Amino acid sequence: MSDKIFKTILFLTASMIPLICGGIVYALVTDAYQAFEYFGFFKFLTSSEWSYTEGNEQYGAMPFITGTLMTTLLALLFCIPFSLPVALFTGEYFKGTKIASILSTIVDLLAGIPSIIYGLWGFFTLRPIIMALNISPQGSSILTASLVLAIMIVPYAASLSAEFIKMVPNDLKESAYSLGSTRAEVVRRVIFPVAGSGIFSSYILAIGRALGETMTVTMLIGNTNAIPDSITSTGNSMASIIANQFGEADGLRLSSLIAIGLILFLITATINMIGKIMIKHSRI
Amino acid sequence: MKSNFNTKQRILKDRSLFWGVCILSALTAIPLIAILGEVFIRGYEQFTWTFFTEPTPTAYKAMKAVNEGQPIPGGIANGIIGTMIILFMASAVAIPLGILCGAYIAENNKKRFAQFVSYLTDLLQGTPSVIIGIITYIWIVVPMKGYSAIAGSVALCIMMLPLIIRSTEETLRILPSSLKEAGLALGANKARVMLKIQLPSAFGGIFTGILLAISRVIGETAPLMFTALGCSFIRWSIDKPISAVPLLIWEFFNDPYQQELIWGASLFLLSFVLILNLLSKYLARKWNR
Repeated sequence: MSDKIFKTILFLTASMIPLICGGIVYALVTDAYQAFEYFGFFKFLTSSEWSYTEGNEQYGAMPFITGTLMTTLLALLFCIPFSLPVALFTGEYFKGTKIASILSTIVDLLAGIPSIIYGLWGFFTLRPIIMALNISPQGSSILTASLVLAIMIVPYAASLSAEFIKMVPNDLKESAYSLGSTRAEVVRRVIFPVAGSGIFSSYILAIGRALGETMTVTMLIGNTNAIPDSITSTGNSMASIIANQFGEADGLRLSSLIAIGLILFLITATINMIGKIMIKHSRI
Repeated sequence: MKSNFNTKQRILKDRSLFWGVCILSALTAIPLIAILGEVFIRGYEQFTWTFFTEPTPTAYKAMKAVNEGQPIPGGIANGIIGTMIILFMASAVAIPLGILCGAYIAENNKKRFAQFVSYLTDLLQGTPSVIIGIITYIWIVVPMKGYSAIAGSVALCIMMLPLIIRSTEETLRILPSSLKEAGLALGANKARVMLKIQLPSAFGGIFTGILLAISRVIGETAPLMFTALGCSFIRWSIDKPISAVPLLIWEFFNDPYQQELIWGASLFLLSFVLILNLLSKYLARKWNR
């Protein structure tokens, strides 16, 4: 095969990726246009009504934006106390040992479990516990969804943070030890400041994961189309409203759901871009 | 800076951080054990021959069996066959395209366009799966006027592409440049060097990447809900709605009479995914040595 043909083939296959991405944005924008035109862009974003009575359809994205933000932030909060120790365990305390590789295998397997199975586990195991503790009457709530979501994003945050903790130069740590520091002080005064921005960016990417999680949230959040008033009440996230109603929707409702999809796409794309740029700049 | 010279306190803090890290890390393993345990205990009894050879029962049959206190007849054969068909079609497109695209990025990593493509690959990888479902619905289901196995495989193909591109690119990049130079020095052109030397030597990394990509998409439910839809009997045609194992789990979850079948289907899916995961990890370790 001549070089020229080969080069052209490679170039054409590579051009497919921009085409797909452009196609995604184009299709979402054109199909969401009807909803934006009908309600107005800012009205659609801020309206909290979601009713599909014939003749008086009202759709707004606010309940789902709130639901998504609440589940994501709570999941992040629950995930930090576990992912950070795992990162320190595999990246510092037991770096390179057998037990660290066992733990990182376990964490990787957690990342491999399909989200629908997380949802099942949350529904049949965690939900009864939430009910028994009297936190929420049906057991489905923002809190339930966030707890399972937290388990799902631990692997992403932990493995990336561990990479950055591993990269902290040995001579920095050794000079701190030679001055009489304990290991806890090295972690706090050397590892966190040096690897900090990398660790931070790994949590940003974990947020990116949590924002778009669909099945788990759909099965656990309770599916009510109103702004949740507390973390124990039911709600709906942007991904879960799409999963719930896309199949039966048409016309204006379909367009509104696609508009929510567009907003979700833009949010995740921005978060991921910020995370990637930060990672590029925090390589030590 | 305030210094703390109380040695006892410092040692205590050090010890408590160490044990805190150990205990919290150990706690992280609990969900995996809990999920595996629950799915296994509740699911393994359903692993009979008919579970893999029979399609799902109709809602009426399942209701009748539950009301009579008998085990639900049927199995998940329609889902297994559907998953295989969708996955086969998705892989047949995504694997060659992904490898070529990864090769392009690795070859031209200084070029602006390649960096742009690489950035968009990341963007595509981070896109929520439910949005891939919407897109495939708009692209394929609407023009074809119906749900189909083709639409399902397009959705999974789009999800597999970035994973395969990344693993190809990264593996090609860590190959020693002397390998490529030796090929060029012998008079082979760049195309020949890529196809006969670089890609074959990167085979290990690319293969594990493919396994991981398959294990990642095989459990995807959301994109299949709007594309493949589901089907309650065994079907081999690719232009009609088709079932898949995760779709069946979702159906069982929503139908109180079929909830018994949920655990067998989950155990099947979970073991498949975890075996692929462990296999790719094992192969990566073996080939890296």
